[in-house]
Amino acid sequence: MIEKSLKSLKALIPLVVSALVLSGCNAALMDPSGPVGKEQKSLILSSFWIMQIVVIPVIIMTVVFAWRYRRNNRKATYSPNWAHSNKIEAVVWAVPAVIILFLGIITWQTSHSLDPHKPIGEEGEAMEIQAISLDWKWMFIYPEQGIATINELYFPVDRPVYFNVTSETVMNAFFIPRLGSQIYAMAGMDNDLYLEADQQGVYTGKSAHYSGKGFSQMSFETHVTDQQEFENWVNRVRQADRQLTYTGSYQDVAKPSVNDPVEYFHPVESGLYERVITSFQSGHGQPENGQQPTGAEAAE
Amino acid sequence: MLGKLSLSAIPYHEPIIMGAVGGMALAGLVVVAALTYFRKWTYIWKEWITSVDHKKIGIMYLIVALVMLLRGFADAIMMRTQQLIAYGGAEGYLPPHHYDQIFTAHGVIMIFFVAMGLVIGLMNIAVPLQIGARDVAFPFLNNVSFWMFAAGMVLVNLSLFVGEFAKTGWLAYAPLSGLKYSPGVGVDYWIWALQLSGVGTTLTGVNFFVTILKMRAPGMTMFRMPIFTWTALCTNVLIIAAFPILTVTIALVTLDRYIGTHFFTNDMGGNQMMYTNLIWAWGHPEVYILILPMFGIFSEVVATFSRKRLFGYNTMVWATVAITVLSFLVWLHHFFTMGAGANVNAFFGIATMIIAIPTGVKIFNWLFTMYRGSLQFNAAILWTIGFLITFTIGGMTGVMLAVPGANFVLHNTLFVIAHFHNVIIGGVVFGAMAGISYWFPKAFGFMLDEKWGKRSFWFWLIGFYLAFMPLYILSFMGATRRMQSYVDPSWHPLMVVAWVGAVCILAGIMCTVMQFYVSIRDRKKNRVLSGDPWDARTLEWLAHSPPAFYNFAKIPEVSSVDSLWDRKERGENIYEEPDHYEDIHMPRNTTAGPVLCLFALIMGFALVWHIWWMAIGGFVGVIVTFIVRSFNEDIDYYVPAAEVERIEKEYRQQAEMQA
Repeated sequence: MIEKSLKSLKALIPLVVSALVLSGCNAALMDPSGPVGKEQKSLILSSFWIMQIVVIPVIIMTVVFAWRYRRNNRKATYSPNWAHSNKIEAVVWAVPAVIILFLGIITWQTSHSLDPHKPIGEEGEAMEIQAISLDWKWMFIYPEQGIATINELYFPVDRPVYFNVTSETVMNAFFIPRLGSQIYAMAGMDNDLYLEADQQGVYTGKSAHYSGKGFSQMSFETHVTDQQEFENWVNRVRQADRQLTYTGSYQDVAKPSVNDPVEYFHPVESGLYERVITSFQSGHGQPENGQQPTGAEAAE
Repeated sequence: MLGKLSLSAIPYHEPIIMGAVGGMALAGLVVVAALTYFRKWTYIWKEWITSVDHKKIGIMYLIVALVMLLRGFADAIMMRTQQLIAYGGAEGYLPPHHYDQIFTAHGVIMIFFVAMGLVIGLMNIAVPLQIGARDVAFPFLNNVSFWMFAAGMVLVNLSLFVGEFAKTGWLAYAPLSGLKYSPGVGVDYWIWALQLSGVGTTLTGVNFFVTILKMRAPGMTMFRMPIFTWTALCTNVLIIAAFPILTVTIALVTLDRYIGTHFFTNDMGGNQMMYTNLIWAWGHPEVYILILPMFGIFSEVVATFSRKRLFGYNTMVWATVAITVLSFLVWLHHFFTMGAGANVNAFFGIATMIIAIPTGVKIFNWLFTMYRGSLQFNAAILWTIGFLITFTIGGMTGVMLAVPGANFVLHNTLFVIAHFHNVIIGGVVFGAMAGISYWFPKAFGFMLDEKWGKRSFWFWLIGFYLAFMPLYILSFMGATRRMQSYVDPSWHPLMVVAWVGAVCILAGIMCTVMQFYVSIRDRKKNRVLSGDPWDARTLEWLAHSPPAFYNFAKIPEVSSVDSLWDRKERGENIYEEPDHYEDIHMPRNTTAGPVLCLFALIMGFALVWHIWWMAIGGFVGVIVTFIVRSFNEDIDYYVPAAEVERIEKEYRQQAEMQA
């Protein structure tokens, strides 16, 4: 029985190794295309390596101690009543404490440098995009350009993007793995996230937080292009000639649906995003004017 | 008349569900038929169902937990199989509404009905014996605790073939769990199953807290308590402090769903972030409720099988206490991506990492217990070694997740799934298996088969690494959790490896089943009448195996941590017959416990389906049973000294014959 299983294990090893090698080629988090993702990659790797200072010795000590002090090894010392050593105690408290102190400092610094609300670039440099999670698709509104899309995102390379994120439905998380941080989309709240891409390409974006039936299909393509191509795309969207108004087409689009195709809207009712948020401040569907809490304020 | 319940609630058109239901019904029928054929109903009723004996209640907890492990694992392998085939446009064999119920049920069952059952079961078996007590402080409540737990378990399983289970994930995040987005009865099953078993857990917490504080044998000061008792004490403190949060949170969800309040809805001032905070204010202590007793078990096992004192007892205690306190200060690390400010995130990130310090110290203390010991490689110590390596890796990935900057890309991905299985399988499952291997001869009076135990260990260990290491890599490829299907075919090879790992774990579970079968079959041969088959260190090994229902004919006196070991060292005859026996005060069995919980189950089921008359009936039943019971004065009795002497003499004779 055991021999059989060992054989099948041996057969598995090449499979595991090839899978590992294959996976290296397109690991999104290990091949980031923006400054946020890059800092996160190095943060993940450095925290991993720092902890090896403890992890590797523990694994070695476990195996060595267990083997050396096996009962039938007559050569090993046996001290049944030895149970205390100030020196060892000092070391085993100090080593993890120093590592955590070090990691704690890194944590403090990166919590600030990678704060999703922290602007990237100069003031006014970032392009604003409003993202609304719907059942089960994403709506992206470009207030400067006056356009909106379903399930498609375009923005120019090397320009920071300021995402405002909210939800028309349950909680979702806005996440483009190749670019870095995700952030929750919550109804009645305005969350925000700064990202930037420094490489052109098409990156998958998705909802990372489970939201019900159509969750697995709730993904979109993110096209990072040069300025010219971005402008061409904006013009294409403008030709869509389908108006987006809160009481009109928005309500149709917001109805639950799965696997939606890309859709374009132009013009977009101004203040629509804010209206989606304030709509939750009383009974849904009776929008009222008022201050909406931001995700950051409310969470703190 | 029947509320929302009608025949259409039974999913007879779903072959997978009906197959599962058929299997469960068949197994139930076989048990009932066997009990009837062998005329065991009276025995079951008198010796088990109405029993207030902590040892029997502990065994019943373990049986429920192990059966539920099979159910939870069936869910797991179905998910792995779905992810094996549903990629690149394929839908797989589980549509979302089914897959979503399965991952919810898997989480709920594994945490509430497997892990909690194992923890509470092992505490029941070991704690009163370790502290030299005759039972717990409130034996009747202990029986109620178990049956409330069982009632919750029945309700979860009922949802399989009457209606549906929640499709919300195991924590039923708002507003998805609200009436607007989950109009079916699934979330209601979740609510009442957790509320019923939660009552049981809270009562257990109070019960064991009092037991440990008030019922220790003479001479056992706090710092002479066995380390498992210490961890059990801390766990029960956590239960008392954390479970009321869960109860209130679920009660608020219930109000939202049943009478239309707006605590957690999107509109009318509801706040979903409040829900997330509350559920994790319970949820994070909960993971320490599960792991602390396992730390205790590993401490006992490593000292016993190294035949050496536990290294750094005081450090172990203070590390445990530190973890207990810190576990309440870290809940926000479960949702850094909610958008709190950098200072808040950094605070909770660093607080989380600080827990790694006492935990790391514990790991080193176990290592230095092995150092200069004399290790006996049986199944219990293998589980411990497997734990030391696996849990260290899991702890490392936990600290990585605790760095908010890194968490922003790792959260909601398979990294989280891999991490918590890394610590729950590596810690809680391995710990429970070590504890079962260790205490089984104490509870049953015969040894567990070592060969099958070791096979189980190797399959679990290898299966764990095959099943979960790929998930770490997949998370770097952008794979998020709870996906019923995925597009990217490059994830597929790793999903195949993970599936093979799950099959390997299945082999491990089968080995455990075989282990029980073989051990029970050969129980006469494996009989250990010596109370102390492991040459162990603490008081439970002074009692008979299995212990007499009163545990100790004469309550032992304690003068050190390893009191039994020290007495053996001094050459004392630990089994010396006392010069005289005394009457022993014991609690009587209870019919009120199971009856009360049956009414509670009826109430829970009725509330799920809005059958109001039945819900009121169930509630009145609970209250009336409780009132009737409180007028019952005949709840205890004395075992006459002569009877004690007879039992003790008989046992001694048997032991001598075996020797």
